[in-house]
Amino acid sequence: MSGSTRRVALKVLGGTLGAGAFAYAGQPVAQWAAGISLTETLRRHYKELTADEIAQLLRRLEAETKKEHGVDVRIEDVPAQEGVSFAYALNLSVCIGCRKCAEACHHENNHDRRTNNSYIRVLEMEQGSFDLERGTADYDHAVPAPGKYYMPVQCHQCDDAPCVKVCPVEATWKEKDGIVVVDYDWCIGCRYCEAACPYHARRFNWRKPEIPAEEINPVQGLLSNRIRPQGVVEKCTFCLHRTRKGLLPACLEACPTGARVFGNLLDPKSPIRWVLENKRVYILKEELGTRPRFFYFFDE
Amino acid sequence: MLGAAGAKRAAVHRVLFLASIVVLAACGRDQPRALRPPPGAATGSVRIHEPARLTSIETGELDALGRPARVACATCHTLRTPAQLPTTVDELDEFHQGLRFAHGDLSCASCHVAGDQRSLRLADGSAIDMRDAMSLCRQCHGPQHRDYERGSHGGMTGHWDLSVGDRTRNHCVDCHDPHVPAFQPTLPVLPPRDHGLTREPSRRNH
Repeated sequence: MSGSTRRVALKVLGGTLGAGAFAYAGQPVAQWAAGISLTETLRRHYKELTADEIAQLLRRLEAETKKEHGVDVRIEDVPAQEGVSFAYALNLSVCIGCRKCAEACHHENNHDRRTNNSYIRVLEMEQGSFDLERGTADYDHAVPAPGKYYMPVQCHQCDDAPCVKVCPVEATWKEKDGIVVVDYDWCIGCRYCEAACPYHARRFNWRKPEIPAEEINPVQGLLSNRIRPQGVVEKCTFCLHRTRKGLLPACLEACPTGARVFGNLLDPKSPIRWVLENKRVYILKEELGTRPRFFYFFDE
Repeated sequence: MLGAAGAKRAAVHRVLFLASIVVLAACGRDQPRALRPPPGAATGSVRIHEPARLTSIETGELDALGRPARVACATCHTLRTPAQLPTTVDELDEFHQGLRFAHGDLSCASCHVAGDQRSLRLADGSAIDMRDAMSLCRQCHGPQHRDYERGSHGGMTGHWDLSVGDRTRNHCVDCHDPHVPAFQPTLPVLPPRDHGLTREPSRRNH
């Protein structure tokens, strides 16, 4: 009698402790899920949305941004233009490594202020070497330093993109104008793409980006610089909310040495075509066969 | 008879005029993308930015709003026209004192014109307006000028697509101090602090 009572009591105690431990262990997930609405969970893939549904989604995201950050923003879904195929070239002969491009990206794309995040990583490299792994990104001395050169690395918008191939849920894909985009609401945060990218171009939102309200860029794109949710991967989109409206990317405008050239590959008179046809061009990790749309070039 | 024909022609002109207004309005930039001219049909203009230093000089003092105060060259030089140019920077006075010079083997008179601060002198002796300084630069820096013309040197702001809007090109002097044209070392901005990037000092060159 007394034995079975003790057994029941132990079972109850064990069960309570177990349930408590389970609830405690699940706390972070519950907290994280609290920020996600039911509509967000039930929404279909970006490519399956109708124009009306996208319009509704944009208004909802704008309202959520207003509620969370107290800022009126305009989120647009700018489609790829017909007859446009983007490419970017960067002049390694003149880049001085000042990181102004990374700073412009940081502000344009509503990056997390705490981590100084940016889609551009400027590597300080030994002259004569193209070994990315030996480059340092956290240099803090006057630039350009003797014996060094500077190689900003960002998404190469590869035509045969490893990051797109490895995504298990097709949350990332290549658009008609060559830009590789991410559906932030479809991404499950597995980070396979981050591991697959040979250019270290993808970033993971370990936490919800923190940006002071007055610094939020209110001109936002659904697939580009809108404030990202926690737990998703993000990447350079050639500033598609700007470039698809004909504007130059923010990093190009910020460059004090004019090292950056951007344009439409299909326009034979564009500066990018002139560079690719007339300059000595270098493709980073060309041997991987990723066919990048980002090129490096030299003056001599 | 003639009057009737004239009236008819005037009516036709009026209709054509109104129709052209409708057509022009339809080409506006607020129209759907499909109705806009295709990319490449350039209607936007390319303007070269005019740096302040071509027509004024920094005084080293701040104005009432805390901005660096600049004084137009003409403020002094309309009253004082030096008969000859100095041969070295040590002879300069007032605002020009302390000017650094490191630009090849040039002397002041290679570019400047004595008694006329608004002009520059080309190699063939002809004078040009100070604001056309780029014509002077390109006499020696041909490859840079060629690259600039092709859009691969010097940088720009505005639109890559001139069928949508305008573009502003930087002037040589926006980036290069004509007296010390080489880029001077500067401290980089925005040190990265993202996850997994900042390494232990001992592993810095792993």
